[in-house]
Amino acid sequence: MSTPLLTVETLDLFYGDAQALAGVSLEIAPGEIVAIVGANGAGKSSLIRSIHGIEKPARGHVRFDGSDITGWPSYRVCEAGIGHVAEGRQVFPNLSVLENLEMGATPKRARALEKQTLERVFAMFPRLAERRRQAAGTLSGGEQQMVAIGRCLMGQPRLIMFDEPSLGLAPTIVQEVFRIVRRLNEEGLTILLVEQNVMASLRIADRGYVLENGRIELEGAGTDLLTNDRVRQAYLGL
Amino acid sequence: MSLLARLIGGVPARSLWCLGVLLVLLLVAPTLLGKYGLSVLILVLYFAFVGQAWNIMMGFAGQLSLGHALYAGVGGYIAAGLFFHYGIGPWAGVFVAVAAAVAAGSIVGYLGFRFSLAGVYFALLTIAFSEFTRIAFDHWGWAGGSGGLFLKVDATSDILNLRGGPLLFYYVILALAAGTFVLCRALLESRLGRYWLAIREDPEAAQAVGVPVLRCKMIAIMISAALTALAGVWNAFYYNNLFPETAFAMGRSIEFTLAPIIGGLGTLFGPIVGAVVLTGLGEIFTDLSEVFHISGLKQIFYGLALLVIVMYRPAGVWPWIADRFGFGEKRR
Repeated sequence: MSTPLLTVETLDLFYGDAQALAGVSLEIAPGEIVAIVGANGAGKSSLIRSIHGIEKPARGHVRFDGSDITGWPSYRVCEAGIGHVAEGRQVFPNLSVLENLEMGATPKRARALEKQTLERVFAMFPRLAERRRQAAGTLSGGEQQMVAIGRCLMGQPRLIMFDEPSLGLAPTIVQEVFRIVRRLNEEGLTILLVEQNVMASLRIADRGYVLENGRIELEGAGTDLLTNDRVRQAYLGL
Repeated sequence: MSLLARLIGGVPARSLWCLGVLLVLLLVAPTLLGKYGLSVLILVLYFAFVGQAWNIMMGFAGQLSLGHALYAGVGGYIAAGLFFHYGIGPWAGVFVAVAAAVAAGSIVGYLGFRFSLAGVYFALLTIAFSEFTRIAFDHWGWAGGSGGLFLKVDATSDILNLRGGPLLFYYVILALAAGTFVLCRALLESRLGRYWLAIREDPEAAQAVGVPVLRCKMIAIMISAALTALAGVWNAFYYNNLFPETAFAMGRSIEFTLAPIIGGLGTLFGPIVGAVVLTGLGEIFTDLSEVFHISGLKQIFYGLALLVIVMYRPAGVWPWIADRFGFGEKRR
């Protein structure tokens, strides 16, 4: 494996007395899609939020592109090149689609490219171009997810972390979202995908980690995990 | 010119015309109005101005402060105290007053925002600080303690020390209100203004897209405190007296919030429209309570006005008017 883009080393996170993450370590190489799967409450979101500086881990390190970004405030993590498509879509409901997208261009280097990136996003999601003046809260669930992804792209990330992008979406839209994730990867973005949809995410992932009760229990190539007996029993009901 | 172009960009021409006419009317108002009319208009502008300042925190950045009397009180006391004790005029003293209020705002803001107090809990913190300060001023000899601080009433016009009649105070508050209006417009159009709206809409999402949430909230409370302190300084020199009991009263903090809530939170004209409605009708009720010897009619009216707004026009009076007459400003 080439030099990892993101390295997480023995991360511990507590919410009060409850331990959400226990010695979690992982690596993502540039250009990879890495899936983190696990049941509800396994610590998947906590992991993403710790990488992003929203939660402050008690121990461990997060390194991105050669710098130790542990404990950096979220906006600096974004500036370093990590994008975050948060759980539950989280668009700004009263702002227009365009305003939502513009809001994504927070890092300084992204502002200079705002116009070009916007065109790219509209080319990727023509629906958003049609509805650019509409309040984002009035869009369908799938369209809101497009806004959230487009907004993230506006920040010119090199790595995008997706937190449950398929949550609460209709099956056809879920497929569409996974197609988009793969397409972004083909365009050169590194992807960290956190999902309860084990089958779909391991299928598109180069590698995967299984998180249980805040610990990494298994890791391996996406296809290997899909054929792993334990994964099949616990997550795929096979 | 590009700044001007940005400020008026996207505003319908009829709105600009109305704004221009309004400004001219306000400039010549003292010649048209009697003494009483002018005193009411002064109050309207005062509440519009201080409401605008509060609106930056609540309407733009979504942070509820119920202790804004703190900044007005600190500002007013410091400027008045400097003048009273050392003869330092308010044009110089105002810098110290604003600095002190900004410092107070930074403390409240840092404690609240650093530890992610939101909504009602943050509001409680703002009330607590305003109360602490009231008690401190009750016992602070330099500020006159609970007996209050009095400035010599002086009708001779001395603009350098902000001493003079209602006309002087009218133009000063008009300049403050107009300046703040323009400032708020500029802020809303700026990147910072966008970030505030994002934080107001969804703080989690704002953080996820990389908005420096803590910094933006701190800037909001500092700007808001600074402007509120200006209102406090003006108020101290207009009324010539200050008591901790009233300057830091909960009621005063609430009073600051009424115009923007009734007029329309997060809009530029909301605080102005709200101040016109509240002060105009409030004065009528004050007169009525004198005629009928019933005290507290104004407070009952304030309560009813809030009730009606919350029930029938929760976005405020102004967005409704703007919509009906095509002035083009919506809540953002």
